[in-house]
Amino acid sequence: MDETLLQRIQSNPKFTELVHKRSRLGWTLSIIMLVIYYGFVLVLAFSPATFGTPISAGSVTTVGIPVGILVILSAFVITGIYVRRANTEFDQLTRELVEEVRQ
Amino acid sequence: MMRSFTTRAALLAAGLVASLPTWAAEAITGDVKQRDLNWHAIIMFFVFVAFTLGITYWAARRTRSAKDFYAAGGGISGFQNGLAIAGDYMSAASFLGISALVMTSGYDGLIYSIGFLVGWPIITFLVAERLRNLGKFTFADVASYRLSQTPVRTFAAVGTLCTVALYLIAQMVGAGKLIQLLFGMSYLSAVVLVGILMVLYVTFGGMLATTWVQIIKAVMLLCGATFMAIMVLATSGFSFETMFQTAVATHPKGLAIMSPGGMVSNPIDAISLGVGLMFGTAGLPHILMRFFTVKDAKEARKSVFVATGFIGYFYILTFIIGFGAIMLVLGKPEFTETIVKDGQPVSQLIGGANMAAVHLANAVGGDFFLGFISAVAFATILAVVSGLALSGASAVSHDLYASVFAKGRATEAKEIRVSKMATVALGIVAILLGILFENQNVAFMVGLAFAIAASANFPVLFLSMFWKGLTTRGAVVGGLVGLLSAVVMIVLGPAVWVKTLGHAQAIFPYENPSIFSMPLAFLAVWIVSSLDNSASAAKERALFLPQFVRSMTGIGAEGASKH
Repeated sequence: MDETLLQRIQSNPKFTELVHKRSRLGWTLSIIMLVIYYGFVLVLAFSPATFGTPISAGSVTTVGIPVGILVILSAFVITGIYVRRANTEFDQLTRELVEEVRQ
Repeated sequence: MMRSFTTRAALLAAGLVASLPTWAAEAITGDVKQRDLNWHAIIMFFVFVAFTLGITYWAARRTRSAKDFYAAGGGISGFQNGLAIAGDYMSAASFLGISALVMTSGYDGLIYSIGFLVGWPIITFLVAERLRNLGKFTFADVASYRLSQTPVRTFAAVGTLCTVALYLIAQMVGAGKLIQLLFGMSYLSAVVLVGILMVLYVTFGGMLATTWVQIIKAVMLLCGATFMAIMVLATSGFSFETMFQTAVATHPKGLAIMSPGGMVSNPIDAISLGVGLMFGTAGLPHILMRFFTVKDAKEARKSVFVATGFIGYFYILTFIIGFGAIMLVLGKPEFTETIVKDGQPVSQLIGGANMAAVHLANAVGGDFFLGFISAVAFATILAVVSGLALSGASAVSHDLYASVFAKGRATEAKEIRVSKMATVALGIVAILLGILFENQNVAFMVGLAFAIAASANFPVLFLSMFWKGLTTRGAVVGGLVGLLSAVVMIVLGPAVWVKTLGHAQAIFPYENPSIFSMPLAFLAVWIVSSLDNSASAAKERALFLPQFVRSMTGIGAEGASKH
């Protein structure tokens, strides 16, 4: 990558926008995943009885079961959110940026 | 309780048939009774082998350049790669081990499944596309992108080979024991067979054959597990509440299987395990390598999404399968045998608790389906070891030989030849280690592999992409600090110091070192890099910007090869 191309990319507002949006989404979702997972682990570690409570009186299914399944689904869903935005919005922005700087 | 639990989890992580409670662990660590030949399984397995060797022959004719060999020419689609990643990651341990853990402990099985899944979103957000934009064949390409080639690649190759070797030993020993149980073959012939097939797939078919072996295995495993889960749900009228009620009524632990059990006693170990699993996944070289098989960052992202979906789905299935085993297998006379342990007769599942899913296959689908599931278990091992062998071979040929030894002057043909020689050598080493470790406790090895991946590979890879200040010295010193501290803490910890070496008290009290060793590596990288005032360090910092631009935009990234 030569110096002038680098300069042009850096000074292009679309590059700043791309970096900003992508970093913000990536870090936000990472933090959400960390909070969900370590939240789950901390409840397991410090208050396991919470997950052992039946979901309704008389049922054997405990709160922990749907919570566990939800953690699995959340991993899938937030990955999906990122991929969807990256494959449409960010890729579009990247394409426009590359076209502009190559002119 | 916690400690033995966490080793189990580490073990489940990847390789081998998990060592669940001690009586179940006999399946891999103790004497395994060789069973009668299982013809359904053997025939189905040979169909699989013949088919995959056919694919290897097809792939061999399409594998010419280094890019074909290491990265299948970059021509794998996002969806295919997602399946292949799932096939690389869903091991026999996940399938047999987690379903067995659910059968014996109920809810705790789900906790482990979750740990193995949550690393994937992090890989998507922080690693996958940057890796694809910057690298070519190995994660060392990215780590050494703006740093000094020789030291950083040497470090990355050491990190890769440590991870791969530990994982491979666990796989080989697990494979030998499992095949002995499932097929009635001897341990030695099973280990030799796995080693030879692995070498054949990789040397002739390279990444293309490895990818398809993993895809086929993933499809077989997902179909088999889906069928079992549906059959289990059908017996309880597709009601989870009914299934849980029947299970609680059957299980000796009763209602306790519906709540968390063993994780509660030691929060530090629980969190440390989580750290190791989450960031270890993002530092496994054979997984990272898969991102170079797709044509661009977009496909790389898509592949993690697909992989996350299939892996998550699979873990939900294993949970149902485990409960199915409680209802249909546990305590049933036809699946129970009596063994003598410490002079006492103990009744257990035939072949140990790890056989839960296998017996369930018999219960819901008869001998034919039992044969299918046994063949799937074998195929699973082959798919995982092939990915490992290719990753280890690429560290030797691409990182050590081509970049460090030949300083980038080796021809492509020479590099591929070295890679094939390395694969053969790895195959021989794997067979020898498999034989050597037959009667050893290998339970800690996968845990150690994950800990090294999280403490050595991941910090260096992550900071090389995210931190301008990283220098060669910082990367090498910090990476080695992570590697050595993970090794030392595990050796001094309960898994090796007490269980393997037989000392009374562990010097390092925790089973999982990652919560200490990973931050230690980050800290060492930061301190050494910050104090590095050399001229080369200044140059390396200046090179961050062009690297960052390429990682963000993909300008200059490796494309797919034309043919």
